[in-house]
Amino acid sequence: MKITLIFLAAILSFTVLPVIAGEAEDKGMEIATQRKLHDQGWGDSQAEMVMTLRNKSGQKSVRNIRIKNLEVENDGDKGLTIFDRPRDVKGTAFLSFSHPLGNDDQWLYLPALKRVKRISSKNKSGPFMGSEFAYEDLTSFEVEKYSYKYLADENCGDQNNRLKCYKIENTPLYKHSGYTKIISWIDQQEYRVYKVEYYDRKKSLLKTLTFSNYKQYNNKFWRADNYQMINHQTGKSTSLTWKNYQFSLGLSDKDFNKNSLKRVR
Amino acid sequence: MFDKTLQLIVNCILLFFLLSPLSHAFEFSGKVGMSTMIYQHAPLYEVQHRQQASILSELEFYHDWNDAQDSLTFKPYIRIDQHDNKRSHFDIRELMWLHVRDNWELRTGIGKVFWGVNESNHLVDIINQDDQVDDINGEPKLGQPMINLSLIRDWGIIDFFILPGFRERTFPGEEGRLRGFLVVDTDHALYESSAGRNHTDFALRWNHTISDFDIGVSYFQGTNRDPRYKINVPGKPDLIPYYDQINQLGLDFQATLEGWLWKLEAIQRKDEIDNYTAVSGGFEYTINGIMDSSSDLGLIAEYSWDERNNPTLNQFQNDMMLGLRLGFNDAQSTEILAGWLQYLDYSELRSFQIEASRRLGDDWKFSLDLRIFSDNKINPIGNDDQLQLTLERYF
Repeated sequence: MKITLIFLAAILSFTVLPVIAGEAEDKGMEIATQRKLHDQGWGDSQAEMVMTLRNKSGQKSVRNIRIKNLEVENDGDKGLTIFDRPRDVKGTAFLSFSHPLGNDDQWLYLPALKRVKRISSKNKSGPFMGSEFAYEDLTSFEVEKYSYKYLADENCGDQNNRLKCYKIENTPLYKHSGYTKIISWIDQQEYRVYKVEYYDRKKSLLKTLTFSNYKQYNNKFWRADNYQMINHQTGKSTSLTWKNYQFSLGLSDKDFNKNSLKRVR
Repeated sequence: MFDKTLQLIVNCILLFFLLSPLSHAFEFSGKVGMSTMIYQHAPLYEVQHRQQASILSELEFYHDWNDAQDSLTFKPYIRIDQHDNKRSHFDIRELMWLHVRDNWELRTGIGKVFWGVNESNHLVDIINQDDQVDDINGEPKLGQPMINLSLIRDWGIIDFFILPGFRERTFPGEEGRLRGFLVVDTDHALYESSAGRNHTDFALRWNHTISDFDIGVSYFQGTNRDPRYKINVPGKPDLIPYYDQINQLGLDFQATLEGWLWKLEAIQRKDEIDNYTAVSGGFEYTINGIMDSSSDLGLIAEYSWDERNNPTLNQFQNDMMLGLRLGFNDAQSTEILAGWLQYLDYSELRSFQIEASRRLGDDWKFSLDLRIFSDNKINPIGNDDQLQLTLERYF
């Protein structure tokens, strides 16, 4: 798979693709492949996140979460999510082995009972911690997850409004996805995502996610410090603020099993 | 021996605590709460009450060093009850030194371990004793002294336990509800083993995940956590718990297939009198986003069977539990779990239970527990239908 991607990238770098009707799908696929390639090889990472939920009247509710990730070649990544706040769920941890098209393997650790529960992951479209993010919005990007269609070149809507983006239509191939289509804006230099629109099962616009304050790590990997998700149908919003991003910590499979889930701090 | 072993473990851990460099991570957290139980019916016995309030607190001190390869957790728990002096109790839920290496972990101290998959009947779970006076739902457990070596291998995780010393089950005192005519005398428990509560138990468990299947096989040898009772006639009659020695082989299994969780627990237990099998299993099916909302509805059905077919030995001898779990997936984590337990051999014997909880603001949690028991001659707690309201503050 990796070889195929490198091969594709090599071809792409020598080819200027004219957009002819019927080739929009090919171009979409190539951009998605580039997006994955530009973010490949990070190995493992760790970060802290503050999640702020706001309802229509502006009432706030804050969660503190830490996330550890392990890159898995030719499959979805492994992730460990640790909840620090709200305090009544402190110590709760969530282990997931994601798979691009199948159901993920997920375990939840409940510290009060010391119980590790294997949970059903069919519901990737369900809300994460009562927020406007669904589980599927937070899992790793994999080329196999969608079919693609290139739509247009547009401004990214970044802070200085300097960047040009590819506007791509992504159609989820996972049968239990909560979306019929996802429109994403990907910048033409670094293949970073600047904006995403989610369309629900009735094909109407449900949510818009915008990314800002991108920073580069290890001279390669771009991560946005801020995510802002707005639900147009409920008026609720959720923002994520990331900090202390760290890469190449030497995490491995042994940090992502049922035992590590029970003792993670 | 139990006291000495415990003392030794406590001393060792305190020593580690003192000697380890304190410059590393230290965390303090916990909760305080108040709770009241309101009974629908006037008590059967004069000394009991119609309402019973209590306050509780659980603290957690955590410290790690050596790049978090070593850590110490201390978790004391206390409940003070308005009426029942047996329900007012203190317990060290955890006092554990954990040492972690690449493919093994060693836990030394007092702690809690959970095995199993079921909601209604925790057959396989055996390491910890029930703190039954704290709550009859089987969730609160008394801290168990242990040395636990855990090996992480490609073919699964294997756990070895040495369990020095036994914890006796807690029971309501004279003024407490949810008891029969005779009070359980917890001061004069009897044992099959001449070592009494100082008997050292052993346990072993292998568990592994193979794609959609999680499987565990366990073995336990030692003092039975479930007592039998002897009636003590001289003086004021009461019940004396009697703990025999058992060997138990356990199996727990879960298949996670799309929205379905298929669950099975089974044990083969040899005690002083019987050698028997007990099985409990069923499913939980989750419907996501019911009625166009973001709420999930779980449908639970579990059947339990015990070869001895004697409801005085095991309340789950031929019973069906049907339950509904409603998760609102909202910012307050609102959850409701309703369960109906029906004894199939005694159609008039059943119980109904609702557990609901919701976060208030950032740091408060409110829970409501309703329990209704069928009023029946063979049900000693049939008169004790209760509503329990709990408010907890986390910090």
